[in-house]
Order: sequence, then structure tokens, then C-alpha cells
Amino acid sequence: MLRSLFIIFFFQLLGEAIQKFFEINIPGPVIGLILLLLVFIFFLKSSSQFKKIKKDISNTSHQIINYLSLLFVPIGVGVVMHINYLGDNLFKILAIIILGTLATLVFTAFVMEKIINLEKKNVKRR
Amino acid sequence: MSKEDKLYKIWVYLQAEPLFWITLTLGAFLVGDYLYKKSKLNPLVNPVAISILIVSTVLLTLDVSYDRYFNGAKFIHFMLGPATVALAIPIYEKKDLIFKEIKPIIFSILLGIPFAILITYYLASFFNLNQDIILTMIPRNVTAPIAMGIAELIGGIPSLTAIITIITGIVGASLGTFALNIFKIKDMSARGFGFGLASHGIGTARAMSKNKTAGVFAALAMGLSGIATSIFVIIILKIIL
Repeated sequence: MLRSLFIIFFFQLLGEAIQKFFEINIPGPVIGLILLLLVFIFFLKSSSQFKKIKKDISNTSHQIINYLSLLFVPIGVGVVMHINYLGDNLFKILAIIILGTLATLVFTAFVMEKIINLEKKNVKRR
Repeated sequence: MSKEDKLYKIWVYLQAEPLFWITLTLGAFLVGDYLYKKSKLNPLVNPVAISILIVSTVLLTLDVSYDRYFNGAKFIHFMLGPATVALAIPIYEKKDLIFKEIKPIIFSILLGIPFAILITYYLASFFNLNQDIILTMIPRNVTAPIAMGIAELIGGIPSLTAIITIITGIVGASLGTFALNIFKIKDMSARGFGFGLASHGIGTARAMSKNKTAGVFAALAMGLSGIATSIFVIIILKIIL
């Protein structure tokens, strides 16, 4: 647990440092995610020692991700407390968010499902 | 000293300390999560939204400022970074499935991101919003820190973008399932991908809680759309403005 927490924190730290150094427009944690993923895919061979570390990190990560929802509560409370910042535009903005979000969600999922199905058909034909 | 005075003193002491606000947040979330599970994961009973409502009600009733609350809640907020890094693991564990669907993933990003940007732009223009509010809204589908960075870059108002982004996440997480069902989209990877692209982390949390494959594709879409949006926004705004 402690070792995997250290590794996760370390990769976030690495991500933050890279973000600051190269002044990239991607948040440090996302860079950390990419780095950790690359290390897992390319550098961790399946020797027994690495297997143990992998399993360790996997357990800890799943435990943290289980509570992903909880982590949005503090910033969400901020939204409620500052909702008046949206002023007279509040209802227009809410309408745009609802329409825009659902349209984007359905459009993206629709495109993806269509292409997945097309690929399946192609595989069958071969 | 009377009993009331003593209680008041204890309250004054406790409310100045982080512990009280951390405990309140955890308690509110346990209630929200309990109701969510009790409802058999009904998306409308969104645990984030319920917890936010409980905590906000307490703060407004007791007349506590957000700064005071966040002074404690920041310890929970802090874990958002490590949790983002931790998403590497479920993505890694489904890497074979992801490589298999690499073509659909690329196409969905290339079509989905411009769609997200343009629909926000045209809806906001349709509702006659000012240019600066439109620019503030445009990056709302990506995770808050990226969205705020983009807003700053294109001349929006980053703090407003943060608020709009969080609302977007909650709307996607609580209403997305119904929208997908109406259009009869069944594939779990496609559904998850839509959640992550349209409603970032909060949508991803919802997808994760419902289906592992959907959750992984949501996390993937969230990361990819953050990167792709930063690039596409600049190009698209150059063309339409």
C-alpha cells in the first residue's frame, strides 16, 4: 500500500515537473498517468518481483478509483456556493450545458458503435 | 459557564479545524453513496450531486464560508491528482481491448471533439451570449484543470469555466444513461467513451461504478479529449471567428 502510494505520488510529481518545465497545456496528473501507463506497457517485464509490485499498485489504484466520485465533492460544493457568478445567464448556460453535453455524449458513442460494428463486419467477411 | 456557552465554544473551535469539514464531506458522501446503491445505481441518484447538496445546505444554514470549508475539504480534493494517475492501471489492464478498438477510438476523438466545441459555440450563439461567455464555455467538456488552461488561452474566464465544467460533469453523469438508452446505443466501450469525452471525470466515475469496460473507455476518452481539445480549439476558433 505505502509503496504503491509512493509510486503514484511520484509519477504525479514527475508529471507536474514536466508540465512546468515544458510549459505544456496538459495537467501534471494526466502526464503522470501517461508516464505510468508507458512504464507499465514497455518497461515492466513479468518477472516475479515486478508481478508483486504490479499487483500492489493495481490493488491500491482500484481502491482509490472506487472513491473517485467522492473526490469531486469539495470542488462541487464550490460550484453551488459560487453559482451566482453566472448571473443573469444562469438558465441559458444550464440549457446549453444540458443540450450540448447530451448531444456530444450520444454523438460520440454513436460514431464509436458504428465503427466498431463496421469493423466486426469486415472481420467476418475476411 | 452555561451549557449553551460551552457548546458554542466547542463549535467555534471545531468549525475552525479541517477535521470537521473532512468528516462532514465523508459523511455526506456515505449518505449519497448509500442512496445510489440503494437505488440500484440509478443515474439520477448521483452520489456526487447528493453529497454536494448536503454539504452546501449545511454550509448555507450555518453561514460558513466556502474558504473555511475548503480549508478542510482540500485534503480530500488533493487526492484527485493521485486518482487521475491511478487511472493508468485500469487502462493498462484493458490494453488489449483498447488496441483492438484503436481505429474506433481515433475516429471518435477526431469527430467527437470538434462536435463538442462546435455545438457549444453554436448553442451559445443561438442563446445570444456574449463573446467572452461563449469562450468561457467552449472547453467545458474536458477535465477542469485543462478546461481552465484553455479558457485562459482563448480569452474566457477560467474560474467560470471551472464552475461550468463541473456542472457539465454532473449533467453527463446523471442524464447521459437516459440519452444513450433513447438512441439504443448498447456497446459498453462506446457508451463509456461518450461519457468520458462529454463529461470528463464525473462522467468517468459514473461509468466506472456501472461497468468496468465502460469505465476504462471513459478514462481513456477523458485523457485523450483533454489533449485533443487543447489542439482543436485553437484551430476551430481560427476558422469560425
